[in-house]
Amino acid sequence: MNPGEVAKISSWDPSSTAELVEAVRAAKRVIAVGAQTKPRLSSVGSDVARISTAKLRGISEYEPSEFTFTAWAGTPVKEIATVLAERGQYLPFDPPLAETGATLAGTVAAGLSGPGRFRFGGLRDFILGVTLVDGTGRSLRLGGKVVKNAAGFDVPKFLVGSIGRFGIIAGLTLKVFPRARQTRTLSLEAEDSDALTAILTEAARTRWELDALELVPGEGRVMARLAGPESALDALAAEVLTRWPGRVLEQSAAHALWSALGEFRWAHPAGTLVKVVLAPAQVKQFVVWAEARSNVRSQVGSGGNVGYLSFPAGTASEKLPWPALTLRGVGPLWPGEKRAFAVMRAVKAALDPNGRFPDLDE
Amino acid sequence: MTTLLQRLIALLPPGRTLLDPAQLAAYESDGLTAFRSTPLGVVVPESQEEVIALVRFCHAEKLPFVARGSGTGLSGGSLPIAGGIVIALNRLNRILQVDPAQRIAVVEPGVVNLAVTAAARPYGLHFAPDPSSQSICTIGGNVAFNSGGAHCLKYGMTSNHVLGLKAVLATGEIVEFGGASREQVGPDWTGLFVGHEGLFGVVLEVTLQLLPAAETFHTVLAGYRSLEAAGDAVAAVIASGLLPGAIEIMDALALEAAVAAVHADYPPGSAAVLIVELEGPREVVAADLLRLDEILAASGAAEVRVARDAAERLAIWKGRKSAFSAVGRLSPDFIVQDGVVPRRRLGEALRRIGEMAAGSGVRVANVFHAGDGNLHPLIMYDGRIPDAFTRAEALAGKILRMCVEMGGSITGEHGVGAEKRDYMPEMFTADELDCLGRIRAAFDPLGIANPGKMFPSGEPPVMSLGQRGLHPLEQAGTISRE
Ligand SMILES: Cc1cc2nc3c(=O)[nH]c(=O)nc-3n(C[C@H](O)[C@H](O)[C@H](O)COP(=O)(O)OP(=O)(O)OC[C@H]3O[C@@H](n4cnc5c(N)ncnc54)[C@H](O)[C@@H]3O)c2cc1C
Repeated sequence: MNPGEVAKISSWDPSSTAELVEAVRAAKRVIAVGAQTKPRLSSVGSDVARISTAKLRGISEYEPSEFTFTAWAGTPVKEIATVLAERGQYLPFDPPLAETGATLAGTVAAGLSGPGRFRFGGLRDFILGVTLVDGTGRSLRLGGKVVKNAAGFDVPKFLVGSIGRFGIIAGLTLKVFPRARQTRTLSLEAEDSDALTAILTEAARTRWELDALELVPGEGRVMARLAGPESALDALAAEVLTRWPGRVLEQSAAHALWSALGEFRWAHPAGTLVKVVLAPAQVKQFVVWAEARSNVRSQVGSGGNVGYLSFPAGTASEKLPWPALTLRGVGPLWPGEKRAFAVMRAVKAALDPNGRFPDLDE
Repeated sequence: MTTLLQRLIALLPPGRTLLDPAQLAAYESDGLTAFRSTPLGVVVPESQEEVIALVRFCHAEKLPFVARGSGTGLSGGSLPIAGGIVIALNRLNRILQVDPAQRIAVVEPGVVNLAVTAAARPYGLHFAPDPSSQSICTIGGNVAFNSGGAHCLKYGMTSNHVLGLKAVLATGEIVEFGGASREQVGPDWTGLFVGHEGLFGVVLEVTLQLLPAAETFHTVLAGYRSLEAAGDAVAAVIASGLLPGAIEIMDALALEAAVAAVHADYPPGSAAVLIVELEGPREVVAADLLRLDEILAASGAAEVRVARDAAERLAIWKGRKSAFSAVGRLSPDFIVQDGVVPRRRLGEALRRIGEMAAGSGVRVANVFHAGDGNLHPLIMYDGRIPDAFTRAEALAGKILRMCVEMGGSITGEHGVGAEKRDYMPEMFTADELDCLGRIRAAFDPLGIANPGKMFPSGEPPVMSLGQRGLHPLEQAGTISRE
């Protein structure tokens, strides 16, 4: 291939499914890119062409009475949140990096959910259907457009976290919920990491049905959010504060806090950001691990089911004892433990028989 | 040279393999009793190792198998494959772990759904998926069908509560996906597995998420003079921004059946009954119920009853959850359909079902998950009358087509199974079915795990039009319906 050809195929920006199909078919090796808020996921070899989803944008269907919407892959989640909010609805899993510009399909491919996943579940629990262009260049509509559907294998769910390795998402249908009218954010204090992790475990089991539960190790506090009708929240908040010392944050401070968590503003600027899968029982180990490293910043989310690690710019994550994925920065894509089964290769070959999309390990 | 059957028998300790026709009879069909087929044999393994040995044997011998839980499936999912074996998993029924701190339970596939909640209750936790068959159906069946229940609106389906699983694939490979975390990196293999309808292999172990049991319930039953009025009330509840745990509707025929079967008590003269349940912390429910009361008061309900205590709440749910079995009082045979329509078109869908039923002279009772747009028309017929099953099936087909045409689905929670596989092309293009088929082949290249289900091609299931009445296991006294 001469250099001119490389330049010609190296990037595409289709504005319809038909153009997307054409682009996939034309490229020998290709990966989709959204707003590049998780750039490590698509930093693959230079022989891999880029298909930008920037022009696949907009909400194509929204039926508030159905609790569903369908949007093009490259639609910024912030745009979706704004439209939903006009009708008192929302994506309960608080898609991260919304303010930074994350797209809907990028969020799905990265498999990221924010603090709100604690109560009603994560992105995987709200995805209903997908239009996918597979490795043979076929446009496939899988899953459904209604809140309940059991026909066929759940490919939409499978694609959550699939980082563009199995196909290119053209559009998605998701479920939404009515948004609770009010929230209260509580900052709960504890002396040491033992006490902090104990709060996580205990609070997750209470009658309060917390909306979010996050641990900010560096600051030695647990952030808990209540959501519901105004008249209920003060009583619930007061009860939480009889159990642990702390305070209710002002609305503006609370808003700034959740926004900072969702945008990873606590992380090293331009650093390496790694998502870590945690079982609640591993939180203690994770916190100790992070605290033992002076250059590492960390965050524990969703009642102790996910951790994030931030390393200074240019520093790769070391080998981690949990499953992990590098979202930004340098170093291996999978710095943690990883399972490999023969069937995983077989499914990759089923959706992408010619290896048009990069490998999961690439 | 030994025969296949001799080798099968020799594989496991004595007594595990059932070959006697009288024993096999109990496994000839699942909850879809119109379909039946006799397997070569039924094997009842007692440990995960035995299941693994069996599946590897099937792989080596290219012997088709179907995993079976309690056989309550309503789409012929565990219908035996002629010339193949049934792997009955009821004895793999150990709850391996209940971990209240992590809010998870690890169970074997033969554990009955309700047993999970029973094990979690001492810790103030519960397992959210609650199919009406929950006192008999197994977690393995729930996982295979991604079963739902009355509380899907707020809590989702089985898949939303499965964090991980271990399975032996049809290739003999043992896989473990997910685990104790609610989060993951990389593709959601667990998510892909749930809803596999037995076509990937046999599930050996499942990690389930447990949720804090709701502190307070507010359960309301409202009687309406018309089905449309009940449907409009659903729309009003949804539009209000409330998120009830459940929104269910039963029509006049279903009410009649529930009265006959469990002496349920409904507002006299109701053409439809709406059940709405709020749940959560008492302060939240106290606020939400005021709004719900206002909405229902304005909805033209003939009568609104509020459950005053746990016993009254249970009575409301008993009437609802017994509806399928209760219809057995009105008709010797019936088919349960499971199509989904967009919620806003529920009224239209029900009207059209009524018209189609009248047009074909078939009686249809309706109980449904109104909050999800998930219909359950119970299409009644008498298997003794020639042609009756065919007419019932034809009507079922029309209803499914209508659901697809309205932008819905042929199945919300009962699965495609043997019953609806010929309707898959109504929902999916040839390319899409090909893609699903390739995924299936990745897990099961030989096509030995539950062949003849989900996909439209292949051998037709064996069907007996004369089959009637209760499920064979019910006749044998093995299972009963609450
Ligand atoms: C009265 C009644 C009420 C019902 N109400 C509901 C309801 O409200 N909601 C709902 O969703 N369903 C309902 N159902 C349908 C049925 O109960 C569910 O589909 C249930 O999940 C089936 O469980 P089972 O143990 O009986 O499985 P089976 O019927 O034995 O099998 C179902 C499928 O699972 C597969 N399977 C079973 N175990 C395994 C395993 N370990 N590994 C791999 N595959 C396996 C089988 O091959 C089959 O394809 C109802 C049924 C009845 C009879």
